[in-house]
Parts: sequence; structure tokens; C-alpha cells
Amino acid sequence: MTTLTKSSEQPEGREVTELDRVTIRFVGDSGDGMQLAGTQFTKTSAVLGNDISTFPDIPAEIRAPQGSLPGVSGFQVSFSSHDIFTPGDAPDVLVAMNPAALKTNIGDLPRGGILIVNEDEFSETNLKKAAYKDNPLTDGSLSAYRLYKVPITSLTQRALKDTGLTPVQIDRCKNMFALGLTYWMYSRPLDTTIRWVQEKFGKNKAVADANVMAVKAGHAFGETTEMFASHYIVPKAKLKPGLYRNITGNEATALGFITASKLAGRPLFYGSYPITPASDVLHELARLKKFGVRTFQAEDEIAAIGATIGASFGGSLALTGTSGPGLALKSEAIGLAVMVELPLVIMDVQRAGPSTGMPTKTEQADLLQALYGRNGESPVAVVAPATPSDCFNIAIEAFRIAVKYRTPVIFLSDGYLGMGSEPWLVPNVDDLAPIDPDFASDAATFKPYARDPQTGAPPWAIPGTPGLEHRIGGLEKADITGNVSYDPNNHDRMVHLRAEKIERIVQDVPDVEVMGEPGGPLLVLGWGSTYGAITTAVMRAQAQGKKVTSAHLRHLNPLPKNLGEVLRRYDRVLMPEVNLGQLRLIVRGKYLVDAIGLNKVAGRPFTIADIENKITELLG
Amino acid sequence: MVTTDRPENVGGLTRKDFVTDQEVRWCPGCGDYSILAQTQRVMPELGIPRENIVFISGIGCSSRLPYYMNTYGFHSIHGRAPTIASGLKASRPELSVWVVTGDGDAFSIGGNHILHVLRRNVDLQIILHNNEIYGLTKGQYSPTSEFGKRTKSSPYGTIDRPLHPLSVAIGAEATFVARAIDIDAHQLAATLDRAARHRGASFVEVYQNCNIFNDGAFAEFAAKEVRADRTILLEHGKPMIFGKEQNKGLRLNGMTFEVVTIGENGVTEADIMVHDETREDPSVAFLLSRMEGPAFPVPVGVIRAVQRPTYDQLMQQQLDEIARAEGPGDLRELFTEGDTWTVE
Ligand code: SF4
Repeated sequence: MTTLTKSSEQPEGREVTELDRVTIRFVGDSGDGMQLAGTQFTKTSAVLGNDISTFPDIPAEIRAPQGSLPGVSGFQVSFSSHDIFTPGDAPDVLVAMNPAALKTNIGDLPRGGILIVNEDEFSETNLKKAAYKDNPLTDGSLSAYRLYKVPITSLTQRALKDTGLTPVQIDRCKNMFALGLTYWMYSRPLDTTIRWVQEKFGKNKAVADANVMAVKAGHAFGETTEMFASHYIVPKAKLKPGLYRNITGNEATALGFITASKLAGRPLFYGSYPITPASDVLHELARLKKFGVRTFQAEDEIAAIGATIGASFGGSLALTGTSGPGLALKSEAIGLAVMVELPLVIMDVQRAGPSTGMPTKTEQADLLQALYGRNGESPVAVVAPATPSDCFNIAIEAFRIAVKYRTPVIFLSDGYLGMGSEPWLVPNVDDLAPIDPDFASDAATFKPYARDPQTGAPPWAIPGTPGLEHRIGGLEKADITGNVSYDPNNHDRMVHLRAEKIERIVQDVPDVEVMGEPGGPLLVLGWGSTYGAITTAVMRAQAQGKKVTSAHLRHLNPLPKNLGEVLRRYDRVLMPEVNLGQLRLIVRGKYLVDAIGLNKVAGRPFTIADIENKITELLG
Repeated sequence: MVTTDRPENVGGLTRKDFVTDQEVRWCPGCGDYSILAQTQRVMPELGIPRENIVFISGIGCSSRLPYYMNTYGFHSIHGRAPTIASGLKASRPELSVWVVTGDGDAFSIGGNHILHVLRRNVDLQIILHNNEIYGLTKGQYSPTSEFGKRTKSSPYGTIDRPLHPLSVAIGAEATFVARAIDIDAHQLAATLDRAARHRGASFVEVYQNCNIFNDGAFAEFAAKEVRADRTILLEHGKPMIFGKEQNKGLRLNGMTFEVVTIGENGVTEADIMVHDETREDPSVAFLLSRMEGPAFPVPVGVIRAVQRPTYDQLMQQQLDEIARAEGPGDLRELFTEGDTWTVE
């Protein structure tokens, strides 16, 4: 809770406090429905007009034992009366449904934070499963927090005792009770959730009614009990006018790719092998077949990209998607696409590595793999979205580059972006520029490796076009004719031509813009999902009068043409990355700028405080 | 657009129209020459416009074939041709897509893909040039080399058992399984033609002599002088009879085949099993796929040809049905799915 602006007495004698930002984290057992409670809270707040940002914390194990520490699932939502860029560093409110959830999350709750626990679940067995020796609710260890012990399980049972549902079904409604309570605390209406419940369980009226009763019971509990001295309001944010919806990064990515397909007038082909955290995109695209999307769930990562290359050869907008280990498997085939110069987008939703690493945790450590992880001189374009909704724009941008320059483009998202959500200003489809596939058709002038003078790209000649029969492949090809060639000078020329083509993309890359002074003592330079934390930290530092500026990169290869000049206008450059300094290596090598790294590789995004502290350390 | 329902219209094309200007670079005497020649010979008879034909290969001697076919071609990476072909065919079902592969390409590095392209029944022609050796890398044993084979990489003999490509194909649910011999031009051409006309994944194993690193690997039964006695040409609806005298046949005895001679021990033609390539149950086809000399003749011809919906056809059908049921996708509608709100 960042600012307390005013307090007033309500008729019933309780205080209403206005806040400008609140972050709530719901935590419980995987079976407790915490993701659902979180997304409902998010929707309600979004519809209410707050700016929001969310991030789920899903356990790695699908079915960890009930009540155990690895089985804890969480969802954090931050809502605000002004623009926000991250789901919040630390929660202001922690709702913990059992001892394991309390144990794994209490460390993140600042002293003085609100802690709501489901008292009923603190039984001896559950305490043991969470490795608590003494009951934290009674041993005084939680005295630093504003602790509210609410018997959520029994209150839910009591509220629903006449519904005729089984005890198990009733138990499943306790997340709704907790949700209702938080709705009361933050003065949220119940109607968005009630409508959703009725749609979702429409067929099963008893279950729908029970869920509605539970959310109402939670709300009524807050209102009637004397337990809570005050409740809060968070006014609407002043967002850009327009129509909004809440969107996760992976959803925005899928929508961006479908939109690119429409803009190009070519069907989308998606070759993929299931992998966390990229599978959501496969699910989304498989659901949207009415847009003519062909999804191909391949036997492995290699087949996924192989099929995609085949589809690209045939003239589809061809996409393959994966996460880090899958990108490693696709390397050889990406090299083939580089060699045959076919448009292709490879989506990598990065996760913590190396190897299997931590599949549900985020990281930015595939950058060098994306740039260089292939044999030979094998340049590709690389782009990275900055926020969940930006995934939409960058997905389209990836295909724009791929088609125009006949090249593989790697789209580097990550788990934090993919699973995180924020409001999205719904774009007007007519405002988006078309993508021209520009297929070759003239047999008289066709040469497989003749290049466009402006882009350096060869023609896209698809099977079915009479007179353009030709052979492509992974062997080095002679310039212009495309015949197999072992000529040393030709190889040297082709290596340079392929590299030059990627460099030419820079003509379509917008200059990097800075937020703050055009020069000065410190620039914070980021890429990908660090945007939210960097932007917020720099804005806060600026508000304190600190001379600090930020800039963010969405194009990582080629880099914007003014980047070197921008970097030199600052005495020092700080580069926060969720890796050991991969972009910093490039920036130092390319611009001879002695950038300073801020590197934390904990499977989590940076907090705003991480970056603020570093700025303070550097500027005093 | 020409579909897989191929009109018998030659379109005025001849074998020469399928020859490129590239110099063919296999060793003189290599069995690949014959496979190339028969492929080029069969093409005009399929009545498919040249621009709708695509040859896709992996890596190996055989995989150079697309360079010599005047169609669209793609010489890809080791073992992955079935994946590229699947993506192309699934997105462009009107094309005639051929996969050219070898024993190492298809069954060593690309083993996984072969299984899946067959089980999906993607409408492709997969031509396996089986020479039971690695030729391009100069003579190491392959997954079809015989047990104990001495090669550069197995100077003391191999200790790994070979697999039977046709048995694997049948196990992987292949709908069309056939075998040919490089030097039997007529039967090879006939088999390629049948493969092209089959709807679904057609798997053809061609015994291909590598005269440099594995010369004579098939001579024991494929040589002209002995072929009639040591191979059996399977023809649908006809009894499984072979031999120079056409007096030997295959009789099913319990769960195995046995070779019998018509006119001996009371055996008549009626005792000989009649070949039914359309039999859904793959058991007999499997027995045939494992049949080896010298005790048995080596089967050639079409072993199995059953009809099942193809992957590309099902994909198209599903898209058409969804389009009919749900109407064309509307981006505006998609963008505003779920809860939306307006900020004034
Ligand atoms: S090495 Fe063998 S298979 Fe390869 S081209 Fe020469 S003869 Fe043919």
C-alpha cells in the first residue's frame, strides 16, 4: 500500500481508507483454487477501472501431496489508481489457505503487512506437512504482521450446509469465500465474479449457486464481523481512453501471430512440441482454428521446426514455439532456415536453465543461444517483447521482419511475460499495416538467390508456381543461381550476404528512445521482461530528483542504429538482466561501453527495489 | 490445381522434362542411378504438373536425388526430411510430395520421424534407398547392416542387430508398404507408380547396391540369374508362387510360412496362400516383411496397401468443418473475448 491519501468514517463507524496501489497474494494448496481467486480478483479490479498487473506462481509438480510445501500455488495481483508496470515487489496482503502456503510465502510479506489465514487448516497434521514445530498462529512468531485468523473452511461449510452438495464440493468453494472477503476489504463489487460463475457452472446450477453463496458469505463476513477495523478503496486509474481487456503474455502472443497471418493473407502454421511455459500458446492456437490456423503437435522439437520449415517453403506464415531446451534441439534446423533463407518465427518462452532447470520459473538466459547457438556463421533476427500486452506487437513485428527479409526470427519471451497479465488497449485492426508475402511468380526473371537491392532478401518461390521449379538445401549455394557450390570465394560472399541481410533489418528498427534526460550520469538499459521493474524504479528515482534515465530494447539483433550514440551520452550504463550479463557482453563488445551489470538469476523477475537500490548505490 | 485424384493426362511431359542440368554425382555403377531413372520415367505418367511435385531429402548419397529432379526440391538435414515433408503436405495438400531417404537417414538419426510420419499417414511417398551401409561418410555400418559385419567402424564385426525397415513400417501403422530392387527396373517403376497413386504414406524399400562400400549386398537373391528362385513378386489376388518354373509357393502353416513345391507331396495351387494386400490385420504382412533367404524367397512388390484417412485430408476437413460451424474468424471479436471495459 503505497500512499494513504484520506480516511473517513463510514456510517457503521468503520474507516474507509483510500490507497493508490495494493498488491494481494493468494496462496494455498494447488487444489485450493488460488489461480481462480486471483484471476477473478484481477477481472473485477480491471472492470472497476484500476490498472493491474498479475503474476501466477504455479508449483512445478502437477500433483504434489496435498498440504505439502511443493504443492503451494500462488497468484499475485497488483491494482492501482495510476499506471503500473509490475505485479508489485512484495504483497501488502497475504491470503494463506494452509500452513504450507504460509511457510513458503511469509518471508515476502513486509512487516506490518496484512495476513489473512484460514485458521481451520492449522491442524497438527497440516503443520507437520509444512514442517512447523509449533503453531505459528499461537506461538507469537507472526506478531510483526496484522494477522487475521479466519475460520474459512468452517464458515464456508456453515454457509453452504443447505445446498445439498457433498462435503468435498463444499470444500472447493472456500476460495470463493476468501475472494468475497477480499472484495469487501477493497470495496469491490461481486457482479463480475457472479456473472462468471453462472457462465462457467451454468449447467450445474447447484454448484453455481454454492459458489455465489460462498463469495457472498465471504463478503458478508467482512461487513458484519468486528474483526476488521477498516476497509479500503483504490480509485480508478487514468488510463488511455479506449476498450480494454485483461491479457496474459502468452495469449497476446497467440493473438499477435494470428493477426500477422491475417495481415499477410497467409494461413498460420504452428509446429510445436508441448513444453512449459510455452504450451499455452499451442492451446490457444489449437482453439482458434477458425482463423485457418494449422497446428501440428510434432513428435519432438526437431520435427516441430522441420514441419514449420516445410510449411514456410509452401508459403504459410510458419511458426514454431518452445522454451530453452527446445530451442537447443531446434538449432540445426534454424541453421537450415538461415541457409535456405525462408521466413520463419521461432518463439522461445524462456525459463530457468540450464538443462531442465526450473520449468515454471522465469529467466533471460537464452539470449546468447538465440543469437549464436548454431554452427557456422548463422545470423538471425531477434526480438523481445517488454510487457505481457507488448507480446502482441512484437509477435507481429517478428513476422514482418521474417517475411520481408526471408529469415528466421527468434521471438524471446519468458515465463514472467507469458504467464503475467495486464490490461490491453484493444487495437483497431484497420490501423495495422499489411504484410506483403510478395511471392515470386515470373519464370522469365526468376533466380533462386537473386537479392532484393533494398533488403538483400532472395525471392520466396513456393511450389505450385509454374516455371519456378528449383532446389534448395543446406549445402552452400552459388550466389544468384542457387546451384550447389564449393567455391571458396562464393562461400565467403554468401556468408557476407547473409550477415548483411540481417544488418539491413536495422532500416526498419525504430531508434531507441530514452525516458528521462537525453544525457547524464546514469542510463539504465534493459530488454525483455525487465521493462516493468526498470521503468518503475527509474520513475521513482527521478521523482526523488535523481539524474537517471532508462531505455528499453525490443530489437536485439540488429540493435537500433542510434544505440551506440545514446549510450555514449551517459557517464555510466547499468544493465539489469536475469542472466549473468549476456546483452552486456554484446553491448560492451559492439560499442566499447563499459556497462555495469545487475544480474540476479533466481528464477524470479527483478523487484523494483533491486533496481532502485542499485541506482542509489551508483548515484548516492 | 491438381489433386491427388490424378487425371491420366500426361500433359505432354516426358521423362526428359524431369531431368535437371546438374551433373549427377554418384559413383559410377551406384544403384541410385537406376532409382533416379525410374523415378523420372514414372513422373510423366502420373499426370501431375511439374510445379506441383516436390522432392524432399535428408542427408546421404541418396539424398542428393532432388538436385537431379526438375521439380521443386529440398535437400534438408540428416534424418529430418519426413518432418519437412509433413509440414509442407499438411499445409499444401494439393502437392505431390516425395521423401528420398537412406537406411541411416531414415532409421538411425531420423528413426523417430519415420515412425510418426507413418502413423499419421501423411499422404507422401517415402522412398528408402537401403544399401545397408553409410556411403557418404565412406563405409561405416548402418542400422540395416547384417550382424557381425566388418566395416571401417567395426573392424572386428558389429555387435548390433539390424532392423527390418518394412517390419518397422508395419509396426508404425503404415498403410502402404512395398519393396523393390534397383536393378529390376520394370518392377521398380511399377512399385513407384503404385506408391504415387496410394492415398496416404507410401513406404517403399529399394534394395540399392553401393558398389563402393557394400558391393553385392543383395546379389545373393537380386542377381538376374537367381532372382526368380530367390525372390517372390507379390501380386494382389494372386497365389504366392515363385521360381523359374513357377512351381514353388508359400503356404501358411500355423503361425509361419513354409515353402512348398506344387505337385510334390500332394501340394496343389489351392494350398498356396493368395496375396491380399488390403488385409487390415497386419500379421501376414509382418510375416512377409521378415522373410529372408536362403530358406525363403525375398518378397518384393506391394506387401500392404490399406485405405485410411490421411493426415493432410483430416486436417483440411477439420478446418472446413470448423469454418462451417463457427464462421470465419473475426479479429475484433477475438480481441474482445471475455470481460472488457471501456475507459472514457
Ligand atoms: S558411396 Fe555407394 S551409395 Fe554412395 S554414391 Fe557411391 S556407390 Fe552409391
